[in-house]
Amino acid sequence: MLKVKRVFITFLIIIICFLLQSTVFQNLEFASIAPNLMIIVTASFGFMRGKNEGMVIGFFCGLLMDIMFGVGSLIGFYALLYTLIGYGNGWFKRLFFAEDIKLPIALIFGSEFLFGIVNYLLLYMMRSKFDFLFYLSRIIMPELVYTVLITLVLYQIILRINQKLEAEEKRSASKFV
Amino acid sequence: MKTKKPNPLASKYWLLILSVICVLLMVLSFVSDGKANTPLQVIADYTVVPMQKGINHVGTWLNDLADNFETLKTVKKENQKLQEQVDSLTIEKNNLQQEQAELERLRELYKLDLNYSDYEKIGAHVIANNGSNWFSTFTIDKGSEDGVKVDQNVMAGSGLVGIVTKTGPHWAEVRSIIDDASNVSAMMLSTSDTCIVRGDLTLMQDGVIRFEQLAKTENRIEVGEQVVTSYTSSKYLQGILIGYVSEIHDDANNLTRSGYITPAVDFTHLQEVLVVTKTKAEMTKQ
Repeated sequence: MLKVKRVFITFLIIIICFLLQSTVFQNLEFASIAPNLMIIVTASFGFMRGKNEGMVIGFFCGLLMDIMFGVGSLIGFYALLYTLIGYGNGWFKRLFFAEDIKLPIALIFGSEFLFGIVNYLLLYMMRSKFDFLFYLSRIIMPELVYTVLITLVLYQIILRINQKLEAEEKRSASKFV
Repeated sequence: MKTKKPNPLASKYWLLILSVICVLLMVLSFVSDGKANTPLQVIADYTVVPMQKGINHVGTWLNDLADNFETLKTVKKENQKLQEQVDSLTIEKNNLQQEQAELERLRELYKLDLNYSDYEKIGAHVIANNGSNWFSTFTIDKGSEDGVKVDQNVMAGSGLVGIVTKTGPHWAEVRSIIDDASNVSAMMLSTSDTCIVRGDLTLMQDGVIRFEQLAKTENRIEVGEQVVTSYTSSKYLQGILIGYVSEIHDDANNLTRSGYITPAVDFTHLQEVLVVTKTKAEMTKQ
C-alpha cells in the first residue's frame, strides 16, 4: 500500500515539474532561458533514494521530454541521458545527509552542466556549430544558474515529501517486527 | 526469513536494461520515421496535454490581467498613433483596391484558378513551449483528430510560424522557423530570387533569422524587402510572408548574398496560431 503511495506521489512530482517547466516557467524566463526542473527531480531522487530509483525516475522524466519535445521524431535520447544522470547521482547516496545542502547543490550543478555539454556536443556540434563559447555563455551557464536558484526551493519540497514518506515506511515496518 | 540483502549487481543490470530500452526506442523511431511513436503520443494525450491546456488558460488569464494595468497615458498615445495609422492605411487600401480590380481582370485573362492567398485554416492555442532551451518548438491543442497532419504549415496573423512535426490525437508539435534545425526555402517577393531561411540559436536573442544563398544578380534587394515562402519548397506553401530583410551583404565568394530577416511574427508572445489544413504535397498532387 505504502509502495503504491510512493509511486503515485513520485509520479505526481514528475508530472507537476514537467508541466511547470513547459508552461509556467516559459513565461518566467530570464534572458529567454528557462530552468530545467526535470534535472532537479532526477538528480535529487538519485542521491536521496539510490541508483535504482534515480535511474527509473530519470527514465520516465526523459521519456516525457522525448514524447513531447523530442529531437525530431527520435524517442529515447533524453530518456537515456536522464537515466544515466539518475544512476550517476545514485552513487552519492552514501554521502548524502538531509541537513547538508552543499552536496545536493553540487550534484545538481554537476548534472545540469553535464546535461548542457552533452546537449551541445550531440545536438549542435554534430551539425557543425562550433561556437562553443557562445553556447556556453548564453545557454548552458544561464540555465545552470537559474536551475540552481530554483533548486534552493524545489529541492527542499522534494526532500520534505521524501522524509515524510520514509518516516511512514519506517513506522509501518516497525509494526511487524 | 530476513529481508533480502540488496544484490550489488542488480542496479548495474537495471541500468543495462533501461539503456537497451532507450537505444531500441531510438532505433525504432528512427527506422519507422516516427510512426512507431504513435502509442506513446496517445499516452501523452491523456496525461500531460489536458493539464497543459488547463494551465495555459490560467496563464492567459494572468497575462490579460497584467495588460489591464497599462496606464491611460500610454493608451491615449497609442490611440493617437493608431488614428494616424488608420488614415494612412485608408489611403493605402484605396490604392490596393484599384490594384486588386486590375489583378482580378488579369487573372481572368490568364485563367489562373489557383489562388495562393486563400488557404483553409483552423485556429489553435499554444499550450506549451519546448522544455529545453536548445530548440524552439511548441505544442498546440489541436491534433490528428482535428485534421492536423505532419508537414502542415502554421501561421499567425499573416506571417509564417513554422511546420507541424508531430501529432497526437489532440495535440501537435510545431517547429518554428526560428528553431535552430529549421530550413525554409524562400524568395524575395519583388524579384522571385530564391534563398534559404535558416533558424539560428545564436541570433535568437537579437530577434532575427538568417537567410543564405541568395544569388547575386543585377536585381537590387533593399532593406525592408518582403521575404515569402518560395515555389520550389517541398513542404511550405507558396507565398506565405516570412519577414522583412533587415540587413544584406555580399558573401566572400562574390556569387551569393546573405543577411538577416526580421520575422513578421512575434515569437515571444505567441498564443494563437492558424494551421493550414492542406500540405504542399496534397496541393501539388491535385
